[in-house]
Amino acid sequence: MKRFAYDFERPLVELETKLEELKRLESAGKEDIAVQISYLEKQIQKLRERTYSNLTAWQKVQIARHPDRPRTSDYIEAIFTDFIELHGDRVFRDDVSIIGGFARLENVKVMVVGHRKGRNTKESIARNFGMPHPEGYRKAVRLMRIANKFKLPLITFIDTPGAYPGIGAEERGQAIAIAQSLMEISVLEVPVIVANIGEGGSGGALAIGFGDRIIMLENSYYSVITPEGCVSILWDGEGSVEEATEVLGLTSDKLLEMGIVDCVVREPLGGAHYAPSLAARELKKELVKALEDLSKVSTKDLVEQRYSRLRHIGYYTKARESETLSGKFQNI
Amino acid sequence: MPIGEWFKKENKRAPADQTLTKRAIPDGVWEKCLGCNEPIFIKELERNLMVCSKCDYHFPLSAYERIYHLADPNSFEELWEDLCSEDPLCFIGKKAYMDSLVEAKNKTGLNDAVICGRAGIGGRKVAIGVMDFRFIGGSMGSVVGEKITRMVELATDEKLPIITVSSSGGARMQEGMISLMQMAKTSTAVARHSKSGLPYISVLSHPTSGGVTASFSTLADIIIAEPKAFIGFAGPRVIEQTIKQKLPKDFQTAEFNLTHGMVDMIVNRLDMKRTIMRLLDYLEPSGVVE
Repeated sequence: MKRFAYDFERPLVELETKLEELKRLESAGKEDIAVQISYLEKQIQKLRERTYSNLTAWQKVQIARHPDRPRTSDYIEAIFTDFIELHGDRVFRDDVSIIGGFARLENVKVMVVGHRKGRNTKESIARNFGMPHPEGYRKAVRLMRIANKFKLPLITFIDTPGAYPGIGAEERGQAIAIAQSLMEISVLEVPVIVANIGEGGSGGALAIGFGDRIIMLENSYYSVITPEGCVSILWDGEGSVEEATEVLGLTSDKLLEMGIVDCVVREPLGGAHYAPSLAARELKKELVKALEDLSKVSTKDLVEQRYSRLRHIGYYTKARESETLSGKFQNI
Repeated sequence: MPIGEWFKKENKRAPADQTLTKRAIPDGVWEKCLGCNEPIFIKELERNLMVCSKCDYHFPLSAYERIYHLADPNSFEELWEDLCSEDPLCFIGKKAYMDSLVEAKNKTGLNDAVICGRAGIGGRKVAIGVMDFRFIGGSMGSVVGEKITRMVELATDEKLPIITVSSSGGARMQEGMISLMQMAKTSTAVARHSKSGLPYISVLSHPTSGGVTASFSTLADIIIAEPKAFIGFAGPRVIEQTIKQKLPKDFQTAEFNLTHGMVDMIVNRLDMKRTIMRLLDYLEPSGVVE
């Protein structure tokens, strides 16, 4: 089977295909090529390290979008036990771009909500490529309220290119659904832990993407706009997407440095899809740790601290006196 | 002018909607109405709060003009006017963010895209925030987020109603995730104000979209739209590209939003102040909640 590969991965995939061929030849007993095989294996290892250890921002975005990347449902399966999925927003329909329900994390009862992408083309289409409609966010809000009522910590998984831009979505109030979700999270009296596992696309991600701890997988991204959208608006479509990605500062390490996120979970070389269970194990460690830390905080402090975190995000200065242009309108 | 400039292509992305780049109050004596193409006497237009008396077209207003029309005479007290954006990402697109900021400051005389403060409306004290689309598309970055949040906090502390007038393209891309987080910040502030039992009236003017519609501006008790204002989440171009079909004619207008239950009412600018006064009268804080 032909493996999916991005341009920068091609040389590696070519070598790997060659290795497979050699192995097939060897198993057929045609030639004694053990030496060649071990040489090639070493070469592959070296090349893999070279390919993946210094990824550019754009390459990371590509890995975040990799079709084989583990999805929210994979992490739910790997990290939690006793998951009971809940459906519907009680208003319009069940949006399958959002998955949610009860689960246990190391025996602690929690509520899980996340974006849901498909594993293959058919599933991806059914789940609208992880782009929720307003009813998806309304389902999320409904589950948040249950979590609040029964004192279940909320754990969210972020993996969406963005909220769906469509006629129905606008008719049913996409913007308002997102705003209400933001408002709901801000007053939850339970710990809120966010895990960004892939794409953090703009408002559609933020709607369930802030809280008391924000964890990012190494190759996930979190951005105010997709790099492509940024190119088309700020470069009039004439810039390169690589450049836009770099300047948007959307990678996990950059966001950690800026204090937007709390922790970055390292991925297996090449991305989480190379060793999904390893990635899940690493993420689980951080989730458990965050939950332990937050369960020590009182309800009141929790809500206060969540606000003060946000309160400190922003870069501004005071204009010098001579530069203050306004103020002369004081008397209107 | 360098010779190269002569041969430069016309800016092919000249905004389709010229109302947004036009100066709020044009020079000269006559202005052509952008709604009905009829000439209007500017003095008359100004008397009519920049609304065409023939076709009801609402000309865009600067933030200060809006405050002038809404607040009682001499009642507006501006706060935090000296806050200025920084360039946390050292963002250089086709244009450097710093240059865009300087240009916007020179063009508008403002330090950023929102004006906040205390004001009186019909004798009632309110906290007010008014956005100005001319400043980088009214986009919300650190300063807009911070000023809105401070204004909401002030209203919560002083038990004042909030009035906002929005006009924005959404989050300010040039500040990256910091801008996106302003959505969460302002929404949280509004949640706390609301929990204190205090009223919030939000006016959506042309155009309000993206991160501003998806945060504080739609979390009000009462949402008012100006006639024909564009109000939506995603821009029409993005939607068309995504769904590959033509959009309905009145899609994402104030009227569309009213039909679909997203705003409480559409109010002509000439009636705006009176309507807000009447609403505030009903939204008397009950003094409970804690």
